[in-house]
Amino acid sequence: MSTQDPLPERPVVDPDVDLSVPAQRAETEGPGKWRVLAVIAAGGAAGATARYAATLALPAADDGFPWAIFAVNVTGCALIGVLMVLTVERGRITHPLVRPFLGVGVLGGFTTFSTYAADVSGLLARQEAATAMAYMGATAVAALGAVWAAAALTRALADRRGRTA
Amino acid sequence: MNWLLVVLGGAAGAPLRYLTDRAVQARHGAGTPYVFPWGTFTVNAAGSLLLGLLTGATVSTPVYALLGTGLCGALTTYSTFSYETLRLAETGRGFLAGANLLASLLVGLGAVFLGAELAGGFGGPGV
Repeated sequence: MSTQDPLPERPVVDPDVDLSVPAQRAETEGPGKWRVLAVIAAGGAAGATARYAATLALPAADDGFPWAIFAVNVTGCALIGVLMVLTVERGRITHPLVRPFLGVGVLGGFTTFSTYAADVSGLLARQEAATAMAYMGATAVAALGAVWAAAALTRALADRRGRTA
Repeated sequence: MNWLLVVLGGAAGAPLRYLTDRAVQARHGAGTPYVFPWGTFTVNAAGSLLLGLLTGATVSTPVYALLGTGLCGALTTYSTFSYETLRLAETGRGFLAGANLLASLLVGLGAVFLGAELAGGFGGPGV
């Protein structure tokens, strides 16, 4: 059965770390702290490098629309939806370093808010207001749509397998 | 060379986001039922301000690779931001979801402009 989230007092909302989850609160305690930080750093390096590669492979359009960062952010949002359902929400993946490595590190390093905001500002500064607004809006809509669809699909698949298993 | 600098910046930015998020959440008090994602909001605003400073100052390509693409890029996040917004919306907190979306966009944009102004303004080739 899968009637989830009857308005929890405190929904788990932060994929980076949620101190209301005891296991996550304890991540920086004891010698395991350095292992957690190390996998986050390694993931962040990998994610940032992949994002950099995307910007080199897919330059901005003639009108300045930053397609590479758009694609990176939308893809990363879909993947965090899958990851969070499989780890924190449904517990299909229980290894304690998976969320820190893939969620905080790889996907957090892959996606970016600062470059997104700076590109919108840059377009506005160059009098490309229409492209700036289109980019700002399209990213927000596509990113939220991606995380919603990916999470919904993964929940449905996880729950179906849960019933038949 | 630039690749290595992006790697180093990314390796610093992601743990910095994690630790900042923890610190912000801890400050908001253990046990209190706060739900607004202040931690992510804070790192996204701070990273946008720093990136604004870098673009306004028209730093060299290697410095931008290290601090802009690497550090700011990994310090800030769209994936965490979007999942948090989704969770707020689907747990009956639509107002907070909308507020998070609008505030993050406006503050992020404002932070970039502020940083660029502080560093000497837009108009350089770095923007």
